[in-house]
This record gives sequence, structure tokens and C-alpha cells, in this order.
Amino acid sequence: CFIPGGLDCSISFVSHVLGKVCIHGRQKEILGVLVPRLADLTKSDCIWQRICWRLVECVPDRWMEAVVLGFVQRAPGADVLSRLLGNLVVKNKKAQFVVTQKILLLQYGHTTAVLQNLLGYLSLDGLRRTLLLRVLQELLETWSSSSAVKHSPAEQQLYISKAILICLSHLKEPEIESCRQELLTSMMEGMKCHLDSSLPQLRHLGMVVAESISLKINTEGPVLKFEYEEDDETRELKSLLVQTPSYYVVPSLPDDDGSEKAGAALPLVPESNEKSHTAAPVMPDEESDAELDSDDDLIPYDMSEDKELKIKAPVYIRDCIEVLTGSRSEDVDKWEATVKALESLVRKNPAATREVSVELAKILLHLEEKTCIEGFVELRQRAQVAVLTTDPIPVAKYLTSQFYSLNYSLRQRMDILDVLVLAAQELSCPKFHGKTKHSSAQKPCIQLLLGSDSSKDWRRIVDERIKSKTRRFDMGQSRVELASRPNKFSSVAGYFFFPLIQHFDRPLTTFDLLGEDHLVLGRLVHTLAILMYLAVNTVVVTAMGKALLEFVWALRFHTDSYVRQGLLSCISSLLLSVPTEQILADMTEELLETQSWLGDVMEKDPDGDCRRLALQNLLLMENLKKKLEAVP
Amino acid sequence: MALPPPDPQFVLRGTSAAVHTLHFSCGGPEPDIPLLFSGSENGFIHVWNLKTHRVDTALDGHGRKSVYCVETMGSKDRLLSQGRDQRICLWDLAEGRTSVTDSVSTEHVGFCRCSLLKVAQGRWLMAMAARSLEEVQILELPSKTSVCTLKPEVGAKLGMPMCLKLWQLNCGSQPVLLAGYEDGSVVLWSVSMGKVLSQLICHQEPVMSLDFDSEKAKGISGSSEKVLSIWSLNEQQNLQVYKTHELVNAGISDITIRPDKKILATAGWDHRIRIFGWKKLKPLAVLDYHTATVHCVSFSDHSNPQERLLAAGSKDQRISVWSIYAQT
Repeated sequence: CFIPGGLDCSISFVSHVLGKVCIHGRQKEILGVLVPRLADLTKSDCIWQRICWRLVECVPDRWMEAVVLGFVQRAPGADVLSRLLGNLVVKNKKAQFVVTQKILLLQYGHTTAVLQNLLGYLSLDGLRRTLLLRVLQELLETWSSSSAVKHSPAEQQLYISKAILICLSHLKEPEIESCRQELLTSMMEGMKCHLDSSLPQLRHLGMVVAESISLKINTEGPVLKFEYEEDDETRELKSLLVQTPSYYVVPSLPDDDGSEKAGAALPLVPESNEKSHTAAPVMPDEESDAELDSDDDLIPYDMSEDKELKIKAPVYIRDCIEVLTGSRSEDVDKWEATVKALESLVRKNPAATREVSVELAKILLHLEEKTCIEGFVELRQRAQVAVLTTDPIPVAKYLTSQFYSLNYSLRQRMDILDVLVLAAQELSCPKFHGKTKHSSAQKPCIQLLLGSDSSKDWRRIVDERIKSKTRRFDMGQSRVELASRPNKFSSVAGYFFFPLIQHFDRPLTTFDLLGEDHLVLGRLVHTLAILMYLAVNTVVVTAMGKALLEFVWALRFHTDSYVRQGLLSCISSLLLSVPTEQILADMTEELLETQSWLGDVMEKDPDGDCRRLALQNLLLMENLKKKLEAVP
Repeated sequence: MALPPPDPQFVLRGTSAAVHTLHFSCGGPEPDIPLLFSGSENGFIHVWNLKTHRVDTALDGHGRKSVYCVETMGSKDRLLSQGRDQRICLWDLAEGRTSVTDSVSTEHVGFCRCSLLKVAQGRWLMAMAARSLEEVQILELPSKTSVCTLKPEVGAKLGMPMCLKLWQLNCGSQPVLLAGYEDGSVVLWSVSMGKVLSQLICHQEPVMSLDFDSEKAKGISGSSEKVLSIWSLNEQQNLQVYKTHELVNAGISDITIRPDKKILATAGWDHRIRIFGWKKLKPLAVLDYHTATVHCVSFSDHSNPQERLLAAGSKDQRISVWSIYAQT
């Protein structure tokens, strides 16, 4: 539609049209036609490039954002975007704001391709590279701010991490040199905030970004390397650090050497000797068989007694106690055999165990790995669960008192919680015993906690239970009742639950639940939710419910999202376990208050999981109301 | 119907410490008493009289530090012993003397036994692990001059040498050294050139002990895992794996091939001594007498084949002596 050729024409009316269309939300339609055409035309023709630049520059400020956003989203690559927009971001204040601030820091719904386009565009011109550096600094500031880590949604944090990695991939050596110190400082601060978080996803994000920054600033020498499980997200993030050469139009940029593989491995040890080779079995020559074999003259003796050497584990519980507490370093074989055999011994001899249960529980709580046994942590945990289920009341009393005692490590306190949960599970529904073995295995490395895995399991179970409840309401009594079995947990539920909830607000010198140790608080809350759930149909369930409701109320504004998720799970368990009549009789006012709090959480909480759980709870409460109304 | 394994012919008691090494000296002509030398953890070397089954002499030369290697040099009057006091002592035992005539300071803090090879009348080569962690030093005895130092290449990461064997194909040829290392590989070194001729990874765990049959150019090595590895040396001086044998229990402390190359014995951490045929590694017997890990096995050098014995020393402080397959 344009007529080039020597004429000075004004195209500002076209800009106006473009802007008006975009602001009305029709970016897709108009830019879908315009952008490919312009991309083609501007490929080699400078005049067209200048026309295009004039086009976008003349868009009035009030419509600039829509136009720029549209271009950034539609352009097939950073080089195309560069041809189309030129140095718009440098010349126009509004465009600069949109590109460097709004899209990156205030919005987070855009795809990775958009980020690539935008940041690639900034990196392609010398004038714009200063903006790139500024953008990186601001992104890093956000990334390393502890309040941002605590309060912004996980999706936004992922977006910012991606942006940081893409920026890093575009930086050249001299630029990295100039801001090395700032990169290092931000990396240290950001790493701290991220590792402090209770959500594994955020910790992974922090680790990947910190590793990448460290890779860029330490080109020789040791690089930071965390241990974590690779998943799709981390792999995607790491792939962003490597830029594919096709992005670069200008061949003079020689920085493809900068695209090192993320997670650089140590240089391989060179084969020192060409003659060395690994074991390649050579078939024995056929000729040797034909030789007169004087070995045949040697008659073998009877070797049936030759069996594997097995160290016998003690057969009596008291012997086990002796071995485990004995300090003789000679008998490590016996110690190993005892640890492996303990669980089954405890289960086979309940009477004998009951005599020494508390002592055994104490020994197991303090038991440390003397030799390297596979699965030591799991063996110890299973033994503890066995002891607790054999003699619940005294051992529960002991363990819950130790939870709040001085001088235990966080790991030990969380072990106590895990053991209580597993034992409660086993006592209340023995058929679950087989399914949940996997959730207790932990691997010792920088990542401390897999707790949210077990809470996900529980969420699934709770979800199913909720579904089953709603269905029952809708379809009447058509569901077959499940076979019932006695709930051994009912007589001891109180001993598990109430001591845990008692002292949470009393800080000790080494243990402050409401302060630094919010990780343990999160686990405690999840544990209470599970215990509440398992206490269905027990006598104490109402008392537990009331205490739990008060507990939740006190902590409802906690800043840690893992804790809040736990609190919401507590409410779910409560609504599911406490019989409806009891809820409505004893807890009406508290429930109404809780309902308004849940509504708040559902609308305003930054964490997606919290919002979902709040919604679930509100639905459950609705069901309760309906049930009430359904009763004539 | 296979016979049950034989009992030991006799058992020597009295070392009061775990036995780490044994060496027979029974080859002398008739008036000479057959002797067995044993080195113990308390630093003593006991000279056992195999006729009376009693200790004739106790030699104390290593400052009560464990003795882990004893060898005779030519006759029973010249003894070499290696101890954890980082010394190798040369003894003169003729005419009832018990004196240390010479000693070599190894500065080696490991457990690698030295290996002796007679190259000429009165001249010996000795290979020993040296002070630096991966090196093996070859000395000439009795002059104690260093012949060469065998150092693996930088970055080879072989670890410490665990066991050594010096041998030469026949009297005139060049001596070579087989060394088993901590990373599970066996390396063939040329002593004269001081460099590696061949290297073979035999085990995943450290090589605990090895022995070599120079006539058949086949060797065997044992490790802390359950596998015995048999390897051969071809004409190009290259090591190749010949076969492997899986054991019932893991851990081998010592392997030795009988001088007539018909059978071999292994000392196991599972308290058992195993006898195999050397030709095809056919398991022949499992001798279960000791109550703690067996540290060493040794065959006697009797000139009369009927009198041949096998001795095993264990952590339970006893030395069991067996007569097995002596008729062949």
C-alpha cells in the first residue's frame, strides 16, 4: 500500500490507525498481517526499515504499550524485532518503560519465546545493550529480595528466573567483568532467600539460577554446583543459558564461545596409556581343552558346606539393645545385622517390646549411622514405627515430649513427626501400611526436605475423600459401604495429637517454631492435619477439632506459604473427620470466622495451592450446610 | 560321593597375635630341619620347627610393630622381613645367631609386601612400595642401590600399590614387575626401562593379592570383592583377562600358586581357605578351620613331593598346616 521513491511522505496517520486498532484489542488480526509483511520487506531494504521505524515511533503514547506488546509477541525472532522496532526503546520513553519494566517485572504471563525476543532485541544493538544491563540489574534485585521470594507467586518467580538466564546468555565478557561484583552479591543474597523457602520448586529455581550466575562469573576455577533432582523445569531453565547461533543476524558478534554448556563437567582425565584397556574377556583357547588335563586327576572334596557367611543377629530384644548401645567398635558386623533385623523382631515379640519400649525408642531416636548400611534412615524409621505401634501410649508420650526438648537437631524433630504419622496411619487403617513405604526414604544431600511429597499424597487422598462425600450426597445411599475394621488409633489419638499442639508458641533456646524454624512448623502443621484426618470416628475427634481450629486461627496469617498450605489442610481434615452435628453444635462461630478468612485467602493469597485449598474448604463447608438443610 | 575336606595335619599355636605372613624353608638336605617362618602382629618373627611343632626362635626386630612379610634369601640362614615400622630387615640366622645385619628404610606406611627375585648368585632385586604414594622402588640387594623407581603417569590415579611380584622368564631375560593397585588394575612394568608395558583393570575394588605363573604366562588376582580374576600375558607383553571366578563370600587376603603349578590356594576373609586347580580353576576344596579371617597362605618347598604342606595364618592367632593333594 505504500509508494516508495523520493517522496517525503508522512505516515503518522498509519501509526494512528495501528495504535487505535491495537488498543481496541485487535493486535492479533492486524499484526498478524502486518508483521510478516514488514519482516519480509525490511530484510534487506534499508528504506523499508526506516519507514517501519517511523511507523512505530509515531504511534501516540497512549497506544504505544499495546503496539509494542503486540510486536514483541508477534515477531518470529529477536533479529526481526530489531529490524522492525529499531531503537524505539531508546528514543521513546513509554516504549522503554513497557519493554524494560512492565513486561519483565510487572507482568508474568508471557511465554519464554516472548522473553527471548525481547531480551535478544535489547542485546542486538550497542545503544540498547546498556538497557540490557540495567534490566539484568533490576531483575537480579527482584530475584534476590527476600520479601519478593516469600510473597510473589511461584509463576512470577519462574518468569523472572527465565529472564535472568536469558540475559546472562546474552552478556559478553567485558560486560560481565564490569558487573561481576554486583552479580556475585546478588547471587549470594538471592541464593540465601531461595534456599530458605519451604517450597521445593522455589529452592530449585534458586539453585539453578545461582549455578548459572556462578558459571558466568567464574570461567575458570570451581563452579557452584548443587545437588537436586533434574526435572523438566530445571532442564528448560538450563537450556536457556545456551543461545543458538541462528538468533544472531550480525556475524561480527563472536560470542558463541560464551554459550558454554550449563553444568560444565570436570575435564576428563586423559587416557594415560594407549595400551591400557578395560577387561574384555578373551575366550579360552580351544586347544587347551584338548591337552591332557592333569587337573582331572585331582578329585574335588565335598564343598556343600561352603555357604555365604551370615552374621547372626540377636534373637532377643534386650540383646539388641545391648548391641546398639555397646561401644565396642569390633562388633560392627553384629551392629549392622541388629539394625537390619530390629523391625521384624519388634513386631514378632510385642510383649517383650512393651517392657522396654521407651528405652528402645530413646535409643533409636539417637541412633547414628556407625557403618555405611544401605537404607539406614529407612531401617531406623521402620523400627521406630514398629516400636510406636506396639506400645503406643508411653512411646508417644516420650516422643512428643522430646519434640519440644532442647538440643535436638531439626532433622530429629522432623523424624519424630514422620514416625508419629506413619504409626498413626498403621494403627488406624492397617491396609495402608504397604502403600506408604516410599514416602519415608530421604537422601542426604543439600536438599533437606521431601515433605511436600507426603503432603501431596495426602492431598490426593483427601481429594478423593471429598469427591466421595459429594457424590454420596448427590446420589443418595447408592454407594456400597467399605468393609470396616477396628480403628486402633482411637484410643491413642489424643496422646499423639495434643502434646504436639501444646507448646508451639513457647520458644526454646535452640528451637523456635514461630521464628526461624518455620520449616519444622510447616511439617508440624501438616502432621496435625494428617492426625486429624486419621482420627475420624474416634471419640476425641471433637476435642481435637476444637483445639486444631484454635491453632489454625492463631497462625492464619503466617508468611510462609508451606505453613499456610498446612493450615488449610488442617481445616479440610477437620471438616472431613469431625461429625457434622458436632461441628455445628460446638464450633459454629469459629466456623463462620474461618469461612470469611477462607474467602480472603481464596481471593488474595499469592500462592496458587493455598487458593485452591481454600476453595476446596469453602466447598466442603457448603456441603455441610446443604446436608443440614437436607435433613428435615 | 565326594569325601569331606581333610582336617589340618597339625596346628601351630603360640604366636599370641594375629599371623600376617608365612614362609617355608624345607628344601635343605636331610639333616636340616624343615622350618616355617611366621610374622605376627606383635612384631615377632617365629621360627617353627616342623618336626617338633614348636617355636625354635623368636626374632624381635621391628619394634613390636606388625610384621607383614617374611622371605628367605637363598638359604634358611638369610631372612628378610618387612614390618609396619617402615623397615625391611635382613637377618643372619646361621649358627643360632639372631642379628639384623642390615636394614632398608622404606618410609612406606601401607601394607604392600615386597617382592624378591634372585638375578645372580648373591644378587637380588627387591621391589617395594616407596614413600610417595603411587611409586614402587626397585633396589638391588645386598648393595641396597636403587635400580629404578616406577612412577605411574600423572593423572593415572592408580592409587597405592597393594601387591607386587617380580619375575623373569628365565635367568637371562629382563626382569619385569607385576603390580596390583588400589583402583583394581594390574600393571606390568619393565624394570630395565622403568615404564609400563601393559595395564589391565581386573577388579572394581583394590587388588589385594596376586600371583603369577611365568611358564604359562597366566596370573591370578584377588580383591575385596567376590571375584577372582585370571589374566594372561600374550607375546606382545599385553595383559588380557582370561576368565573370572565368582566366590561365595567376598574378600581375599592372599593367593599363592603351588610351585608345581598344579593347584593354588586362596586365603579368604570368610575364614576359609579355598583350593583350586590351576589349569582351569576348578574348585577343589574348601578348608574351614579358622574362626577369623585368614591372612596368608603358603606352600612348602619340600623336595620330596609327598611331604608337601600348605600353611595358613589367621587373625585367630593360629597357623594351620595341611597336607592336601600331595600325592599328585
